[in-house]
Parts: sequence; structure tokens; C-alpha cells
Amino acid sequence: MSFYKNVTSKPWEYSSPTIGTGPESAFELPSERIALTIFLVVVSVIFSLLAVTYYLRMDLGDWVPMADPSLLWVNTGALIVSSVFFQLARNTAQGDNFSRSRALFMTAGLFAILFVIGQFIVWEQLSANGSGISSSAASSFFFLLTGMHVAHIIGGLWVWSRTTFRFFNQTDLPSVKLSIELCTTYWHFLLVLWVFIFAALSNT
Amino acid sequence: MAYVPLADQDHELHDPHTFITKYVWSQDHKVIAIQYGGTAIFVGLVALFLSAMMRLQLGFPDTFTLIDPSSYYQAVTMHGMIMVVYLLTALFLGGFGNYLIPLMCGTRDMVFPFLNMLSFWVYLLSVIILLSSFFVTGGPTGAGWTLYPPQTITPGTPGHDTGILLMLISLGVFIIAFTMGGLNYVTTVLQARARGLTMMRLPLSVWGILVATILGLFAFPALLVSAIMMTFDLTLGTSFFMPAIMAAGEQLDYNGGSPILFQHLFWFFGHPEVYIVALPAFGLVSDVLSTHARKNIFGYRMMVWAIIAIGGLSFIVWAHHMYVSGMNPYFGFFFATTTLIIAVPTAMKVYNWVLTLWEGDIRLNTPMLFAIGFVFTFIHGGLTGLFLGNVVIDLPLSDTYFVVAHFHMVMGVSPVLVLFASLYHWYPKITGRMMDETLGKLHFWCTFLGTYAIYLPMHYLGFLGVPRRYYAMGSTDFIPESAQALNANITIAAIFVAVAQVLFFINVFWSLRNGKPSGNNPWGATTLEWQTPETPPKHGNWGPEMPVVHRWAYDYSVPGYHQDFIPQNVPGDFGVSEDHDHDTEMKSPQDAQ
Repeated sequence: MSFYKNVTSKPWEYSSPTIGTGPESAFELPSERIALTIFLVVVSVIFSLLAVTYYLRMDLGDWVPMADPSLLWVNTGALIVSSVFFQLARNTAQGDNFSRSRALFMTAGLFAILFVIGQFIVWEQLSANGSGISSSAASSFFFLLTGMHVAHIIGGLWVWSRTTFRFFNQTDLPSVKLSIELCTTYWHFLLVLWVFIFAALSNT
Repeated sequence: MAYVPLADQDHELHDPHTFITKYVWSQDHKVIAIQYGGTAIFVGLVALFLSAMMRLQLGFPDTFTLIDPSSYYQAVTMHGMIMVVYLLTALFLGGFGNYLIPLMCGTRDMVFPFLNMLSFWVYLLSVIILLSSFFVTGGPTGAGWTLYPPQTITPGTPGHDTGILLMLISLGVFIIAFTMGGLNYVTTVLQARARGLTMMRLPLSVWGILVATILGLFAFPALLVSAIMMTFDLTLGTSFFMPAIMAAGEQLDYNGGSPILFQHLFWFFGHPEVYIVALPAFGLVSDVLSTHARKNIFGYRMMVWAIIAIGGLSFIVWAHHMYVSGMNPYFGFFFATTTLIIAVPTAMKVYNWVLTLWEGDIRLNTPMLFAIGFVFTFIHGGLTGLFLGNVVIDLPLSDTYFVVAHFHMVMGVSPVLVLFASLYHWYPKITGRMMDETLGKLHFWCTFLGTYAIYLPMHYLGFLGVPRRYYAMGSTDFIPESAQALNANITIAAIFVAVAQVLFFINVFWSLRNGKPSGNNPWGATTLEWQTPETPPKHGNWGPEMPVVHRWAYDYSVPGYHQDFIPQNVPGDFGVSEDHDHDTEMKSPQDAQ
């Protein structure tokens, strides 16, 4: 069914009932995927607004750039590895190789946890060096942007832990498969988001 | 078996049995809707009480020692925030959205019932956090509902430490609740409609709620971001919004932040918020008008596209709230232009409502009276908006009572009248009983005429230059003493309207037991929620058979059909029959009553 054809139809003209048995859907996708897509748009709006405020603040004249801690590169690596493992877990689950997929899925989450720990260490280092959150506008934004990103990773890890739990229960494997797919999408999104944030933070 | 979400399941659901799962931790959209609605109305009554406090001070200054400047500002702030966010947004989307979307779309429930339940409980938490600020040291914040920094968190403003912190946390929690609910509403409408129910066959209520929810999903992030950044300023000593500033003779520890940035973020949320409240009202009132005028809605497709156009435009008009803050003149020009453009689709909707009534078979029952009342108040509130949208007119009027009158007419009184129209209209479906018509009509006339007695004179006060936000006028040369007499009259009218709402609550509770049984479809309406096998609908809504939709939502008074309405789930093309003289044949269940 074409969405465009649908919204330009003349509803007051009688037409015979549509053929089929299922409910009317705008998209041939599981509802969970639709909801995730909408959620990712909402998250994009949040970070776009943060980016706008960041660049506006940078223009104000008294902006003093800060040096990015080199540990961020290591953390970025951990997040990339995490994303790769999620993709592998998804691919093996598609082939119904669930025991292998489970191992890959758990590894993926562990690398994401490493990323979060790494970010905490970065904040610790910055605070110790006198670049704490309130020391300058640049570091305030550094903490804000990285903090918001980590909050979203932690939210993802909560879903990841629930999926892992269901993996062990071995009940409803088709729904686990969907969860893996959605986690993978979410992690790829957060990786891309992180690349943008990292670029924005380095570009001061 | 492949995984099938609850909303799409064909078979009947098992009812929850225990009291707790049925009424407290319920995942049934109808129970959640009532929980949302009840909480919103309760917190709205708190806000109503606060407005009575403000009016008493304004009408009779120096009479009530209870109200000092601090408590006056706290009342202003909490009244505004509660009414806009915690009452109107929650009642339209959490209440009516939850109740009507699955029923109007012909599904058994929302797509994610658990998330839906969570949404309500998180909303309740946000309300509790908000109300708790009344009981902390320093009281709730008195910074105005717009929470403009730097005064929000500088010493001297009531509730500048704990009160504002609780407000910001509460808003954050509310946004989380809204996002959970919003994902549900949008996904349910997009993905789980009954067979045959195409997007263009949806009742306008669903369109209004859908587009308002999408606006909310895009607009609330701006409030979330500004709330988080301000919380950082408040608790962690950052300077996102706080400039270098002196307070009470001391240099505060802030440096270089931009208060204007906050205003931009706030109104990027704040203006769409107006339409988050207005669009569901537009939708609901369209259905009420069409049903009780026994006529199809005039220009259905135009109505849908107008809703979408208003939704889109509402994101590029926000700075018209900030003309007095100062901006590049070209920006002012841009925002004035977009503001005037948004009046075009809005006016189309108003014309279409009036044309729906034109030559209709109008039943002047309580829901219809409230709906027609809305058309009046909305036109009046909207016309003053056209003036205020222009920079040169806004500048002298912005800080006067003219603005108070404008926004109360357009987004206070108008949506509230729609709420009442909808409550009277859908009450029979929710409870299975009719509300009392005499009490209802009395309630309408007291409310409708009373609100005019409040807000019409306020426009005049605005012309006189009476400033808004003032606790007391003091001795002011340019304002004549008669302004004070007018203020006293407004206060009397306000107290009258507030007390008149008791009629509504008496009616709600009295009719719950003593109302006439309504049957499934007392108004003779076409939309699916009136075609359920039981009233009130049971868990799962539809019994064993899911509804199939054969027509749009507005087949009223179709010539050749034996009734003056054809429900959406009735098959067959009746539009071409020539044998019947429809004037004598058509029957309406409302006539039978």
C-alpha cells in the first residue's frame, strides 16, 4: 500500500473493502522497529539542539578551546568494536545459530561497558587536571555532550541486559532475534552520533 | 508462532482478574486513560485554586494578608506550568489519546501496553515531584512559567534553590513519560489500524492527536535540553545560561552564559506546545460538531492538511514570543511573517467548522454547546493573536494584560471548552450512562459567559497599559482608578466561574449512578468507538470479531439510508440509491430519546 496514494485518496467516495486479513499498517515493518526509528529521530533532535547551542556559545568571543584527552581515541575504538560485534551477533542470529550469536552479543555489550568506563576515566582525568565541568564553557559542553551520550549508551545497555537474560531463558527466540536487530541499529546509531560529537569536540 | 504485538492479535484477550491488575497496574488503555485523566484534572484543580488566589490579590489588593509578593509569583508560575503541561497536554494526549486511539482505530489496545502503563506511572511521579515543591523550604519556584534565567536561580526569586530544582526534575520526568506514551500513540496509529481503516478514513480526533504527539516528540527535547543545562547551572556551577552577574551586592560565580539562548530553546518548545494542546482540541471538536450537526465535516482533506501544515509551521514561529527580548530586525520580520502565515490554515479550520454547522440538523445538547462555544472563543483569541504577531504592535502590548487575555482566550478557555465538550460527548462511552442535560447546560452557560466576563475586560486593561505580572499596581499615574473597579469585577467573575465547575463534578459523580443508561451509540455516531459490542468496552474492546472498516468517519445524513448515520463498519454503497425520500425515512437515535 502506498502511503502517498493513501493520504491523497478521496475518503468520502465509497470503495470496496481492502483485501487482506491483517490490520492496516503504513509500513511493512514490526511495530518495535517503527517505534525505535521514531525514538532515534527524537534523540537526533536532542543532540541537534545541543550542537546548535554549542556552536552558538563558541561564537560568543570569550571561548577558550580545550584539548581533548587522548583516551577518547581508545574509547572510540571500544565503541567501534562493540558495534561490529553487535552486527556479527545479528548476522549469526539471522542464520539461527543462537549459541554463537549469544556469545557475540554478550561480547558486544562488554565492549560498550568498556566504553562507558573509559568515558568515566576521561571525566576523572579532566577534573583532576583542573578542567572540571564548571572550569570553562568548553569543558561544560564537553561534559554535557559526552554525558548525554553515555546516558543513552547506559539506556541501551539496560535493554541489552534484558535481551541477554532472555537469551539464556531460550524461550521466545524469534522475539530475541528482533531485539538483537534493534540493539544493533541502536548501537550503530550511537556510534555515528559519537563520531559527530567527537568531531564537534575536537573542532574547537 | 511468529511474534504478534497485542494490538494486532485477532483472538480475544484474557481479562486481568485481580483488583490490582485491573485498576492499578493496568495495561488496558481505557484504565490508563482514566488514570491519566483523573490525575490531570486533580492537578488542574490545584492550578485553578492558585488562579483564584491571584485574582483575589489583583481584585482586592491589601485585603488578603495570606498572599504576599512571593506567594503571588509562586502561584503565577505554578498555575501556568500546571495548566499548560500537566493538565492540558496530559489530559488531551494521555487521557483522550489513550482512550480514543485504540477504539477509533479498531485495535484491542495500544501496540505497547506495558510501556503505556509505565508512561502513566512516570507521569504520576512527575506530578508528585512538582507538587512536593509546595512543601519544601522556600516553596515552589516563582520565576514565571517561562523560567527565564538568570532570575530563576538568583537569590531573591522565590524557590530559587530547591523549588526550581524540583520543577526542572519534574519536567524531565514528564518528558520521559510523554515520550513513552507518544511512541505508543504514533506507532499504534501508523501500524495497527483496523482492516479497511486507511489514514484518510481516520476521524479527525485521531489526526489531531497523532500530529500533536509528533509535535511533542520533536518539541519536548528542547525543553529537556534546556532543563538539563539549567540544572547544571544550578547544581554544578556551569554557565550555560548564566552571565557574569551581581546578586544582593555579591558577584556570583557565573561567567559568560547566554540567557537569550535559554529563551530560544524554551520557545522552540513553547510554541509547538501551544499546538500540542490545540491540535487534539481541533480534532475532537471536529468530531463533536459533525456528530451533533448530523453532517459530514466540511472539507475533510483540507482539515487533515491544515492540521499537518499547522504542525509544521509551529516550529518556525517561536521567536514571536521574544520580540521584547530584542533581535535582529530581519528575524523579527521573518517570525512576524511566519506567524501570520500560520493563521491561514487555522482560519481554514474555523471556516470549515462553521460550514459544517451550515444547514446542519443541529442538536443543541451540552457537548454541542461547548463545541460551538469553542468556535467563538477561538476566533476571538485568534484575532488578537494576529495583532500580537506584528512586532510593532506587540512591543507596547507585550507586557500588558492584553497578552494575558489573548493567550487565555486562545489556549486556555478554548481547549478547556473542547475538553468539556469531549467529556460530555464521550462520557456515555466511558461509563455507559448519560450525563444530566440540565446541569450540563447550566454548567455551559456559567462557564461560557463567565469566561467572557473575565477576559473581555482584560483586553481593555491591556489597552490602558496595565502591566501584567505585577503583584500590586501601587500609585500609577497613567492608569485610571476605574481600572481597579474593572479588576474587582474580573475577580468576581473568575470566582463565579471557578465555583460553577462544581456543577460539572456533581454531574459526573451523580450520573455515574443515576444517569440514564446510554446504550452503545446514544448520539448516533459513525466512528468505531461507538460500535463496540459492550459499553463501556471490555478489556480487548471488540469481543471475538475485530471490526472491518468500509467507509470514512463522516457518513451522516446519507440520502437513501434508513438512518441519518452509517457506522464505519457497515458495508455497502448507499450513496446512489434514488428510491427513497431521505427526509421522511431517516431516523436518528437522538430523536428517539
